[in-house]
Amino acid sequence: MHEMSIALAVVGQVETAARALGEVDGAAPTARTVTLRVGELAGVVPDSLRFCFELACADTLLAGATLLTENVPGRAHCEPCDRDWATGLPPDLCCPRCDSGASELTAGRELEIAEVRWSEPACAAPPKED
Amino acid sequence: MCRVTELQQAVLAKNDHRADDLRARLAARGTTVVNLLSSPGSGKTALLEAELKLAVERGVPVAALTADLATENDATRLARAGAPVKQVLTDGLCHLEADMLAAHLDGWLPDPTRLLFVENVGNLVCPASYDLGETLRVALASVTEGEDKPLKYPSAFGLAHLVVVTKADLADAVEFDRDGFLGNVRQVNPGVEVVFTSARRGLGVGALLDRALAAHEAGGPAHRPVMASGPQAHGYGHSHHGHSHHSHDHAHVHTH
Repeated sequence: MHEMSIALAVVGQVETAARALGEVDGAAPTARTVTLRVGELAGVVPDSLRFCFELACADTLLAGATLLTENVPGRAHCEPCDRDWATGLPPDLCCPRCDSGASELTAGRELEIAEVRWSEPACAAPPKED
Repeated sequence: MCRVTELQQAVLAKNDHRADDLRARLAARGTTVVNLLSSPGSGKTALLEAELKLAVERGVPVAALTADLATENDATRLARAGAPVKQVLTDGLCHLEADMLAAHLDGWLPDPTRLLFVENVGNLVCPASYDLGETLRVALASVTEGEDKPLKYPSAFGLAHLVVVTKADLADAVEFDRDGFLGNVRQVNPGVEVVFTSARRGLGVGALLDRALAAHEAGGPAHRPVMASGPQAHGYGHSHHGHSHHSHDHAHVHTH
């Protein structure tokens, strides 16, 4: 189970981003939600990742943050046939029309941090009227 | 107002960068890494021992690093071949990462070493996600594991540059469905070469060494897996194909 290593990598990257913001603002913000894009063929189990994420966030700027995952289906492309198909899991990487190997996997191996929403005082309180 | 940062950052970017660095550093000193992935008990130590022995006989400078959760048994076995061998104990971690490998090579890797075989932790799930700076990634499966192994572990077999079947001498005894296995490999990794071996009978021994030397000479593998292609590829030494996929390190901040 490498989900813990992945969760720790996510926490490390979000903390780096928080500190970069902190250098501008004076104080690093804490994270409220982290959204990950997880491809169908990325070899990662989102439920297991959520469990590890909670543990990895303890005592960091992400303490209490929620992990959201966007699942990305696997897609492959055959150049000669100019055809795209859903690979499914286990993936079928041969063209359903000509049966030759796909030219490219166009989606499905994503494992990336899409966005982070930060908790700031201004976030929790209703906007003030100037 | 709530601040949002669109990081668009690959989670394994750090490992991928370190793997690229290690690949370049090793290439500069003439060393090519072969990463061996399989489940526990597949017979990769027995095959590797035979390949190392052959390399020593042929005068090819090789070395091996073997990773296990515990025990030094594999290093003891591999050392019989006469090549430099190092045992790495991961203390329970299920895979190797590029910086771990780099740290273990530091001060140990003999000069010259043309081929460094890395026997990853026996596990077909986790090691598949981590590029170790290898030039050739090999997935192994024994005939006793059944012909559906490539479908059960599509990342391990889908990202391999070479598939090696071990214990082929037992194929008849366990009614191994050879065509079924080849079809399943093709489904997840069309075009990859499959080699049948038996370390006990000497069948196919030398093929792994030959493919590794060919990758060393060419500076890259002969096969490009479909799963390693495309815009989201990671966990694989894609720098050989002249394009880098982890250049998404830009961050946009905006408020809602």
